[in-house]
Order: sequence, then structure tokens, then C-alpha cells
Amino acid sequence: MINTVAVNWTAVEPILPELLLISIGVLLIGCDLFLPRQRQLLPMLTVVGCLAALAMILGGQPVTAFGGMFLADGYAMVFKSICLGAVILTTLMSEHFCRVIGLRQGEYYSLLLFSLVGMLLMASAGDLMVLYLGLELMALPVYGLVGMYKREQRTSEAAIKYFLMGSFASALLLFGMSLLYGLTGTTEIARVAEIIGSRQLAANPALLTALGLLLAGLCFKVAVAPFHLWTPDVYEGAPTIVTAFMSVGPKAAGFAIFGRVLFLGLPQLHDHWGPVLAVLALLTMAVGNITALRQQSLKRMLAYSSIAHAGYALLGLVAGTAEGMAATMTYLVIYLFMNLGAFAILMLLAAPGQPHESLDDCKGLAVRHPLAAALMLVFLFSLTGIPPTGGFIGKFYLLKAAFTAGYPLTVVGAVLFSAISAYFYLRVVRYMYMSEPGTASHVSFSPGMSTALGFCFLGSLGLGLFPGALLEWAVAALSGMQ
Amino acid sequence: MSIPLLSTLIFFPVLGGLSLLCVPRQQTATIRLMALIVSLVELFLTLPLILLFDKSTYVMQFVEHHPWIAPLHINYSLGIDGISILFLLLTALIIVLSVLVSWEAISTKVPEFFIALLLLEGAMMGVFCATDFFLFYIFWEAMLIPMFLIIGIWGGPNRIYATIKFFLYTLAGSLLMLVGIILLYQNGGHTFDILKLAGQPYSLKLQLILFWAFFAAFAVKVPMWPVHTWLPDAHTEAPAAGSVILAGVLIKMGAYGFLRFSLPILPDATQQMLVPMLVLSVIAIVYGAVICLAQTDLKRLIAYSSVSHMGFVTLGLFALNQRGLEGGILQMINHGIVTGALFLAVGMIYERTHTREIEAYGGLASTMPVFAGFFLLFTLAAVGLPGTNGFIGEFLILLGSFERQPWAAVAASSGLILGAWYMLWLYQRIFFNEVKEAMQGLAQLNLREILTLLPMVVLIFWIGLYPNALLGFLHVSVGHLLDQVYGVGLAGPVLPPASILHP
Repeated sequence: MINTVAVNWTAVEPILPELLLISIGVLLIGCDLFLPRQRQLLPMLTVVGCLAALAMILGGQPVTAFGGMFLADGYAMVFKSICLGAVILTTLMSEHFCRVIGLRQGEYYSLLLFSLVGMLLMASAGDLMVLYLGLELMALPVYGLVGMYKREQRTSEAAIKYFLMGSFASALLLFGMSLLYGLTGTTEIARVAEIIGSRQLAANPALLTALGLLLAGLCFKVAVAPFHLWTPDVYEGAPTIVTAFMSVGPKAAGFAIFGRVLFLGLPQLHDHWGPVLAVLALLTMAVGNITALRQQSLKRMLAYSSIAHAGYALLGLVAGTAEGMAATMTYLVIYLFMNLGAFAILMLLAAPGQPHESLDDCKGLAVRHPLAAALMLVFLFSLTGIPPTGGFIGKFYLLKAAFTAGYPLTVVGAVLFSAISAYFYLRVVRYMYMSEPGTASHVSFSPGMSTALGFCFLGSLGLGLFPGALLEWAVAALSGMQ
Repeated sequence: MSIPLLSTLIFFPVLGGLSLLCVPRQQTATIRLMALIVSLVELFLTLPLILLFDKSTYVMQFVEHHPWIAPLHINYSLGIDGISILFLLLTALIIVLSVLVSWEAISTKVPEFFIALLLLEGAMMGVFCATDFFLFYIFWEAMLIPMFLIIGIWGGPNRIYATIKFFLYTLAGSLLMLVGIILLYQNGGHTFDILKLAGQPYSLKLQLILFWAFFAAFAVKVPMWPVHTWLPDAHTEAPAAGSVILAGVLIKMGAYGFLRFSLPILPDATQQMLVPMLVLSVIAIVYGAVICLAQTDLKRLIAYSSVSHMGFVTLGLFALNQRGLEGGILQMINHGIVTGALFLAVGMIYERTHTREIEAYGGLASTMPVFAGFFLLFTLAAVGLPGTNGFIGEFLILLGSFERQPWAAVAASSGLILGAWYMLWLYQRIFFNEVKEAMQGLAQLNLREILTLLPMVVLIFWIGLYPNALLGFLHVSVGHLLDQVYGVGLAGPVLPPASILHP
């Protein structure tokens, strides 16, 4: 007889969503192996599992579990919802796109789920160890996802590049963490701040080195210039569906740990990281927006645009205030819809054997498929930040937060780059509406794709018209944190 | 107020536009008819505003107020005073005429065109109704999207260059204003309500920063010299309806922005920056007029004449006295009517000849006599012949600016002379001279076209002979605006006694 009473199962409760997703991930592998004819089950299971996890997370009470290692607070809830949303929308789009390009599906969904679990851990990380664990759990499946489409050479290149760069970034991050541990003797993020305060370490050069290394590592992960160099190649090389996912999910998770480390762990160093991030944010917008001007490939353009958007999202962190963090979270929610929407239209253009990723392929889309063109129009104007779309509200909130926190010049720079960005987004509109149809590829919607596009449209436009609830949610989520 | 009239004005065209989606794409006739009905109903909806409007008060009327984005203290608040009501009427009228002039001119992507037109109308109504700065900004920017599409999709050969230039110019200006709005919000007690923002004691330095931030947005829209260069391109390349809306309503919004925001919220900065603004206005008047003389493109000429005429408007506004302001506002309406009418007329002739080169025309007076008659009226109104509306506006502006800075009025009046020169010369080149071969056998104006132009003729004479119909709306609101600029009670030394003005 084995006595099982010793295990207190209630302790596991906070991580039930993660456990559920892991079991579904394993189940998916099993399904793929033993029920090869029931492929359509896979996306369904994934979506159902994610929805269940989403419900559990939204319904859960804020708790601190595992001795402060796992924080299921409002902050985590918002980021987890973003990551889950990214996976749900990606899954809905996958069925259509994978069929078109002929991607083998089995591992795809389970990798997506494992990566999702990593992201959820990142959002909840209250300890540097969990943070790193989550980061690697998120990254490894994504390396696999990037390299999954073996027929094309550039995906292998992208996967290798991403893997090398990612490991390099992780190493920097680890180095920073180990310095932090050496100085403070703890890996618990909240305790780090306490000890820095009590021992007055704020001006310690070793601590600043640790900060620098952490910043470099984190900037790698969210593709902030000058650590963005991997992004365009990886985003262009990966299958579009994976690119779409990467530009939203892992980026949001990256911002989650970014915020957690800076706001919870190193708030005393705001005088140091604030200005540095302000400069990096401007640099990122400059690099992203100006380089995007010259792209002929729509996919690469969207890759640069997502770099630029990381720069905008960074503005909230720059502010260093609760309002700033709320603005970043709001922005990431809106970004989830508008960016995935834009990528979805790009996926719709693809035909078997022909990726159709260049700007020329959008030519005359308004004639070939008015609905797709109109949706893309909304997404693009939202990405530009023109009201009444959500992109504007998100950007406005960020600018306001950074301005209030005392970075007026950064804000002026940001709006100027925003005006520049209008040029390349409009270029797509121009090709869609103001050019004659060129290559006539057939555009068709699958049910999953339509659902996903519907959500993206509602998110991009609806959050612009009625953003109140979202802003309140983000503010309320943070009220417990500071 | 049980019926939210202003919201109806804003959202009726939006819903009407979206309802066009229900009609199958091929039934273009139905779509046109529906668009016309929607725009006519909208025009009809402005009638209760005129009838119920109380001219004896400056407070906002037909007020609607709902919290919108609570965490940021943003409200959905609407209201109109004597200044904005006229623009609502103008907008509704211009859209009806734009639908009519696009009847046959727009043959591709018909549903999209009318949807864009009606969405644009909704946004424009919103701009003139909003009393929350943030809400104003939303409508202000939202307007860009349909206008961008209208110029870019249905415009002339160089439309893409023109539309992108238009979009980027206005967007860059607007974004700087956005930063200004945030700065104002921070210093004005965390509110976007323009009634609360006005009359607060801001430091002069802050006012100057804000003044230039707002200037970036409003001056581009007006357009004031030297940020006017988008206008000739956009006007020239836009389809007739687009040009009419640009000239009729869109560029009025810049001047309206000065009236609604810069003057009452930033009174000290406005007075400080008076002379630079007058100088820029005079430069625009003279420069625009001189450039007109050198134009070979019909639409481009009228576009540059807009620069000159809008110079008069800003001259009147920054004269900062009752006559100048009233003249400026009236001139905005006049310019909307006259230049709108000119673009309508040019659109009609372009449909027949497919050229905008002045050289290609000649002798139209004998081939299209009715059209020549209409065009003559519009030309004379543009020149400012007494009896037409153009005269009243320009006269008031010159009077007002003479009281403020005599040199400005003197320099500006040279714009009138140049105006007569280029417009009459234009008329001569197109309608007189030898009848060119290509000009023979042109179709006469049909009933739809005559009906499009007729309201404009009526308005030109009505305002010209009985300007008080419009000025009556303005007196109290403009007086209050001046009180705000000078601070109530300080008006005495700045405004000369009325007896001087009525010799």
C-alpha cells in the first residue's frame, strides 16, 4: 500500500491551466500517432483546451504559489490572456494555411501548446528560475516550429539563426541573473528589490552590469534594436503562420518578463533603465519604420513593422509607472488582433507552391476579393494608429503614459516615426485598391480562418470604439501589483 | 432634448453608408439612389437644428454628454454654437451635391465610393459637433481614411502621389497636435472637455508651445503658407466630388480648429502670435494669387485660388475683432459654396472633354451657353463682386484687419485685384476666343447637373444680398469668443468704439 496523503494537491491548483495544456499537448501527440485519419481533431482540441485554460485563468483568484515562485496575479492574467488569445487565433488560422502549403500537422499543435505553457510560466514567474524555465520552454518549441517547413531552405536558415541568437540572448540573460543572485543572494524577484533597497546597492557597478546584461537579453527576446537583427530573417524564413504567432505570443511573453524584472525586481534603478529604454525605443521605431519603407516583400515589411511596434510597446515600460505598464498591456492586446489580422490576410494570399508574399501579390485585391481587402484596410490603419481603430487608442495611451512620466521628447519622436510608418502601410492599401489585379490567385476563406478574421476585425475596430473596458481591466489588473 | 439630434447627424450617414453593403455590387443605380436619399435625409435632418437654434446665447446647444473612456476621462460630448451650426449645414449640402456630381463620373467600385463619401460625411459632422478634444481628434483623423481612398482610388493620373502627400502632411501635423493635446490634458486639470480647458490660466510658455503644436495640425489643413503644397496636388487629382469636399468642408476644418481651440484656450499666445499669423495670411493671399496667374491646369488654378482665399479667412480670424472673425467665418462658408461650385462645374466640363488644360478650351460660351452663365456667376462670386456672397466676406475681413493692422489690409487687398485678374482671364480663355475644334458639339448641361448647380447660385445671391441670415447665427458666439480671447472686461481698450466703424 502506498500512502498518497502526503501530497497536498491544493498546492497545484494555481498551475492547473498549465497542467491541462501540457496534458492536451501530450494527448495531441498521441492523437497524431494513433488516429492519423482524424487530423481535424487536432486544432479543435487545441482550441478547446486553450479556451478552458482561458476560462480557468480569468476565473481564478489572485494567489502566490510555490513560495513566491509562481504569481497568479492580475498582471499575469492579462499577459496569459494575450498569449492564449494568440495561440487560439493562430490555431484557427492554421488549418487553412497548413493545408495550402502542405505542412505536416501533428507536432505543430503540440509544439504550439508546449510553447504556450512556457509563455504562461513566463507571465507568472515570480522567481528568476521560473522565469528562465518558462523562457526556454517557450523558445525551444518555437525553434522547432520555425524550422518545421522543411521544403524550403530559408526556413532552416531561419531556425538555425533563431536558435543561435536565442541561445546567445538566453546566455546574456542568465549571466545577468547570476550577477543579480550573487549580489542579492536570492532569485525571488520581489526579494531582489527589497535587498537592493535595504543594502543600498542601487549605485553598485556590478548591479548596473547585471542590469545591462538583463536588458540586452530581454531586448533580444522582444526584438528591440539594436538586438533585433535576427528578426527580419527569422520572420521572413518561418512559415507565415509561425511568423504571425511569433510576432505576437512570444513577444507578449517577453514583455511580461521584461515588466516583471524591471518593475518588480529593479524599480530602484528606474533612473538608469528609463532613459536607456527611451533611447532604445526610439531607435527601434527608427529602424523598424525606416527599413520597412524599402521592403518589397509584404512579409518582411510586416516583420519590420512588428519591430517598430515593439518600440512603441516599450514606451510604457520607459514610463516606469503603473499607467505605463497598463498602456503596454493594452497595446499588446490590441496589437494581438491587428497584427494577427494582417498576417491572416497575407496567409490568405498564399497558394499551393506559391507563397505570394510580395507587395505585388496584393495588387488589385479590392477587385479580386473586396472583403479581404476591406479587412486588411482596417488592420493596416489600425497598425498605423489612425482612429477610430484600436491601434490609435493603444498608441495614444502609450504616448500619454510616457509623456506624463516625463519623456516628452521621446513622445515627439514616437509620433514622427508613426507618421513615417503611415507611408509603408498605405503602400499596401495603394496596391490593394489603386492597382490593377496582377497575378490572380484564388482567395478563399475556411471556417476557422473566417472565425479568426472575425475576431481580429472585432478586436481591431471594437477596441477602438469601446476601449473603456479594456483599459479598466488593465488598470485593475495592476492595482494589486504596485 | 429627447432626440439626440447631433448623434443622429453623425451616425445616420455612417449607417446609411454601411447599408449600401446590403445591395448587390452590380446594382449601381440602386446604390447611387440610396446614397442620394441618405444624403438628402441628412440635409433634411439639419433643418430642426436651424429652427430650434437659439441665436441669443453662446452656450453649447443640443448638448449630449456620455462617459466614453472612463479611465482616461474621455467623454462622448457633443454640442454646437453659432460658429459650428453653419458648417453642419454646409457639410450636408456639399455632400448632396457631391453625390449628384459623382452620378456618372464614378463608374468603378461604385459602392465603395459612396460608402467612403458617407463615412466621410459622418466624420466631418463629428468634427464640427465634438466638444471633447479627444473625440474631436478621433473624428479629425478618421476623416483621413475615406478622403485618402477617394483621392487615391477615383482620382486623376497622378492620384497616388497626391493622396499619399495629402495623408502624410495632415497626419504629421495631426500627430504633433496629439502631443499638444496630451500636454494640455496634463496641465488643464486632466480633462479633454474644451469648455473646461478654455479660460484656465496657462503660463505663456506653455501656451506658445501648445499654439505651435495646434498650428501644425490646423495650418496644414487650412492650408496656410508654407505648408500648403499638398493642396494643389490633392485638389487637382481628386475626383470632382473629392475636390468639392476638400474645398467645401475639409480645409475649413483647419480654420475651425483655430476658432474652437487655439483662440479660446490659448488667448495669450494667440495675441502674442498675432503678427506672424497675419504675415503668413498675407503671404498666402498674395502668393496664392500670383501662382494662379501662372497655372495652365484648370483645377490647379482653382486650387491655388483656394490658398489665396483661405489666406483671407485666416487674416479675418487673426484680426481678432468682431468684424474680422465674422467675416472670416462667413468667408469660409462662402468659399465652400463658391469654390465648391467651381469644382462642380469643372467636374462637369471634365466629364465631357477629359482635359484639364486651359489651353485646350476656348469658345465654350457659344457651345455651352447655360454652363457659361453658371460659370460666370461663380467667377464673379469668387472675385467678390458686390451683390454676391464673396463681397460681404472679403469686405468684413478687410474692415476687421484694417482695424487691427492697416498694412495687412492694404497688402491683402492686392489679392482681390490679382483675384479678379486670374479669374476673369481664366473665364476669357475658356469661354471666349475661338471655338476650338474639340469644344464643338459638347452636350449641354442635363437636368441633374443644373439641379446640382442651382442651389449654389441661390446661396451666392442669398448670402450676398442678405448676409444677416448667416451673420445672425454668429454675433453672440463670436462676441463670446472675443471675450474669451481678451478676458471678459478687458475688451474695452482693444476693441475700438463702434462709432468709428460706422461713419
